[in-house]
Amino acid sequence: MNILICIKQVPDMESKFKINGEGNWYDRTDLAWRMNEYDEYAVEQAVRLKEQVKEADLTVLCIGPDQVTETMKKALAMGCDRGVHIADAESYKREPIEIASMIAGFAKDKHFDIIFTGMQSQDRGSAQVGVMVAELLGIPAVTTIVDFSYDNGTIQIKRELEGGSKALVTATTPVVLTCQLGLNTPRYPTLPNIMKAKKKELLTMAPDTGGIVPRQETAAFYFPEKKGGGIVLEGDVPELADKLIQILKEKTGVLA
Amino acid sequence: MKTLLVAEFREGKLRAEYTQLIAFAQQQQAEAIMFLVGAGDELPRFNGTLYLADVAKYGEYNPTVHKQLLLDVIAKEQPAQIVFLHSSYGWDLAPRIAVALKAAQIAEVIAIEDGLPVVPVCNAKLRRKIKATTPQTVLTLQAGAFGMDEEPAGTPTLVTVDTNVSGKVQCTGYEAAKLEGVDLTKVEVIVSAGRGVGKPENVAMVQALAKALGGEYGASRPVVDAGWVEHNRQVGTTGNTVTPRLYVACGISGAIQHLAGMKKSDFIVAINTDKDAPIGEVANVLVVADLKQFLPVLTEKLNAR
Repeated sequence: MNILICIKQVPDMESKFKINGEGNWYDRTDLAWRMNEYDEYAVEQAVRLKEQVKEADLTVLCIGPDQVTETMKKALAMGCDRGVHIADAESYKREPIEIASMIAGFAKDKHFDIIFTGMQSQDRGSAQVGVMVAELLGIPAVTTIVDFSYDNGTIQIKRELEGGSKALVTATTPVVLTCQLGLNTPRYPTLPNIMKAKKKELLTMAPDTGGIVPRQETAAFYFPEKKGGGIVLEGDVPELADKLIQILKEKTGVLA
Repeated sequence: MKTLLVAEFREGKLRAEYTQLIAFAQQQQAEAIMFLVGAGDELPRFNGTLYLADVAKYGEYNPTVHKQLLLDVIAKEQPAQIVFLHSSYGWDLAPRIAVALKAAQIAEVIAIEDGLPVVPVCNAKLRRKIKATTPQTVLTLQAGAFGMDEEPAGTPTLVTVDTNVSGKVQCTGYEAAKLEGVDLTKVEVIVSAGRGVGKPENVAMVQALAKALGGEYGASRPVVDAGWVEHNRQVGTTGNTVTPRLYVACGISGAIQHLAGMKKSDFIVAINTDKDAPIGEVANVLVVADLKQFLPVLTEKLNAR
């Protein structure tokens, strides 16, 4: 089987964000970077599938500046066979259709059986790229998967729905699958696999959006206004506890 | 502005969230029409044209077919906006329509300000206002962002739509949410553990506080995904939507999906080391502290009362 996994490098969401000089995105300096959490599930599912069917080739693709190769190395250490880095320092500005066009442009003549990716990124969170890749390639896509099994070309999937129920879906290859949190338990790369990953092929390509004309622009980028209403308590722990108990007594009926 | 609203149907029922689409259209003073793959005995209360495709024929989840049905309606009506809910149905179908129309898609809209949609970035820590540069725009609306004050009324004018396109993906059924154990929707006090608890052993601190307050413990999604707390205790859009008298969020940063499941609680206390965490937006009291130090002290003082 020929499998593509599309991943993104994102900042740690606990970071202190600042707005960039252009006023259209967050400032990229002084941030800790990691693999988009949803994509970790995508990588893990691909590696498990290879362990199951034995004959499979896993290509991991990532778009962004040179620093994203650090995140790609994690995917290689988890078990991907090769990396394709589309080197694009401007990727943070690109809208989902441009990213999807780059991926589809790369994938169109490679005959991937399954393309795994996260259902959304933690920073932009559009939940569009995976589906758009499938549409551009003219193949089916199933989104938000929380369970996956493969048997001889047939794929059984559970899609997560609102309120905790799941839809049972059957698909065949080729297909794009977008992964939801909890699909599996992503592995930690072992030291020997980290060493092995350093020797794996990592191809760099130039960005090509296939002539897509931008369809939207950022009119403003800002921090939400603090609503203010809430009380903020800071200080010494025992005092904080006393203050909170006092507030709970006054404002709620639960300590009666 | 002509606006096509895309309602949803699941497990034999019209999803009640369609009212949020109508609320959005009313707020924009838009001329609204609606599309639904559904059934005639479960119609939205809506005064306007409803393009209805038969769910018995076309299925509840069949993206290729639903896309074609919708594209046929769009070709006929030429709406300026096509509006979905940002839901498992909407975020699956909307990009397909955007690609086909070569239209801008703006996902998870929380508000319209100065005529432009606003979306959250980085777990709602930031906001982005977006200007579409295409004649048509595809929008998905964040759950609960647009609401109606009153019950909707009206009867739609039905127009039946059909297609002979077929799809390659099949929805064969549903698996119900697991409901055994505690029902958090009926509990008066909930103390929830978030990623900030750090390790599974620390969930005990949250349980102890819940007990001291006479309530139950819950958790945010990452804690449930990690297997530290069982799924029936998850609070958020894919778990329980709760409205207790007191909700205590311990080490929960406040992802939108979590906030949507608890923000209507009567009183909300957040305990977090990050003063800027989005949970602060909905909290009545934000205690800036390390929960590993704070929770045992608070629990002891409560138990000593």
